[in-house]
Amino acid sequence: MAGVTATVPTAATRVFDLADAPVRALNQFLHHELRGSGVQRVEILNPNGAHNIAVGIDHPVTIDIQGHGGYYVAGMNKHADVTVHGNVGWGVAENMMSGTVRVKGFASESAGATGHGGTLIIEGDASLRCGISMKGIDIVVGGRVGNFSAFMGQAGRLVVCGDAGDGLGDSLYEAVLYVRGKIKSLGADAQEEPMTEADLAGVADLLKKAGFPYDPTEFKRVASARSLYHWNADANQEY
Amino acid sequence: MCGIVGLLIKNPAMRGQLGSLMVPMLAEMAARGPESAGLAVFTGELPEGDRKYSLYAPAWDYPWADFEAAFIKRFGVEAQIVVKGNHAVLTCDEPADVFKHWIKEAFPALHVLATGRVMDIYKDIGHPTDVAKRYDFSKLAGTHLIGHTRMATESAVTPDRAHPFTAGEDFCLVHNGSISNPYMIRRKLEHQGIRFETDNDTEAATRFLEWRTREGDSLEQALERGFKELDGFYTFLIGTENKLALVRDAFACKPAIVAETEDYVAIGSEFRALAHLPGIDHANLFEPMPEELHVWQV
Repeated sequence: MAGVTATVPTAATRVFDLADAPVRALNQFLHHELRGSGVQRVEILNPNGAHNIAVGIDHPVTIDIQGHGGYYVAGMNKHADVTVHGNVGWGVAENMMSGTVRVKGFASESAGATGHGGTLIIEGDASLRCGISMKGIDIVVGGRVGNFSAFMGQAGRLVVCGDAGDGLGDSLYEAVLYVRGKIKSLGADAQEEPMTEADLAGVADLLKKAGFPYDPTEFKRVASARSLYHWNADANQEY
Repeated sequence: MCGIVGLLIKNPAMRGQLGSLMVPMLAEMAARGPESAGLAVFTGELPEGDRKYSLYAPAWDYPWADFEAAFIKRFGVEAQIVVKGNHAVLTCDEPADVFKHWIKEAFPALHVLATGRVMDIYKDIGHPTDVAKRYDFSKLAGTHLIGHTRMATESAVTPDRAHPFTAGEDFCLVHNGSISNPYMIRRKLEHQGIRFETDNDTEAATRFLEWRTREGDSLEQALERGFKELDGFYTFLIGTENKLALVRDAFACKPAIVAETEDYVAIGSEFRALAHLPGIDHANLFEPMPEELHVWQV
């Protein structure tokens, strides 16, 4: 017969002030002590652009980061719901598996890179290479995205409410992109396609989740023409 | 990887704090470049005929008094010399070509880091926080500065290959990235009689841009030309007697963020370099896009 499992009484919210505690202490808590602690919400103060804040979470929890994050905020996230009340540096939510990451400000380069799942919402602009090599993540950007976004995107959806820069969707596989504003240029093998009913419903769903007030019919669909799927020895490096 | 920082003080009342505001910026960027550091600071302008020369000696306890005596003997005038260990800033009214020729002949071990009427340069190997302490960076005053923390990729770790690099007068540059065609640039400039002091790629970019400004380009035109001729990855931060300029290459492979308030313009490789600045919570924060020109006037 199993004995009574000891439970440690803790408050439902835990606060980490990064002016006092290192990022490593925060992440060790999230990795090793969160599960079973009863903590449902973690608040992070004074992030001051530190790298690797809340990376590698593997448990449902709500996280509020009160300020600007550095590189790789919420990278590899699984299950958690993370909000950054500021801007983030390179690689926010990179390789995310599930859950939600919301950035209230702008995101620097490679936002959502290689993400497998979950939803990344950026309320401001995203810089270059947003969604590079995305593998199933949904990304919704309230502003514009920079050059080379969704490069080699394999799966998932990128919704851009503003304009897109040069080389959008270069060498796409099966990721699908939706752009409301102007597209400066499409990358190799990316093409505009008509919006289907399924596209409209999908975009409506993502816009609702993100809280952006746009009409899905305003968006253009961009997907792979699939002409690069097979090696063409006669292409002579002209794509 | 390398770190860059820059600060231009708009509010004249804060110009005495230029160094103390910058030191934490440099320290925070030490993680991007832990092996060398340096800065160029722009102070009050000397009269038209005067020049100051930032000098680097091979030893901390270099006999600067002997150097000063030799200067007086050669030129027959007193010189103002401010010594900080292995660095000294000498102010005199000797023209650059005469002074540089003499120092090369008489004191070949000394290295002239910078020439001008406004700019002083300090740079050395070592951890950036140690370099900052070594030369009392926190006490520096002036209108603007650029600084650098180095992690070498293209040439050896030596004081003369630390940044900022200079060319001509009151022109300096710090660089995060790597230039792919420095030898092509070098060969082109050497045909114009321009001499190089190191094998460093950043020196090629610095001398190219400064050469363009002497050929009649504005700083902005020189930078536009640089987009066409300088191949590689770069975030450049350039200081002149009255300007700071910031550009990123076409692929924006290296980072930069700007914070602007009524009091200052601050530039760093990453936000964490700027997080401590006063009023940062209300600053206009933005990242320059590829091949955008950002130029601020003092």
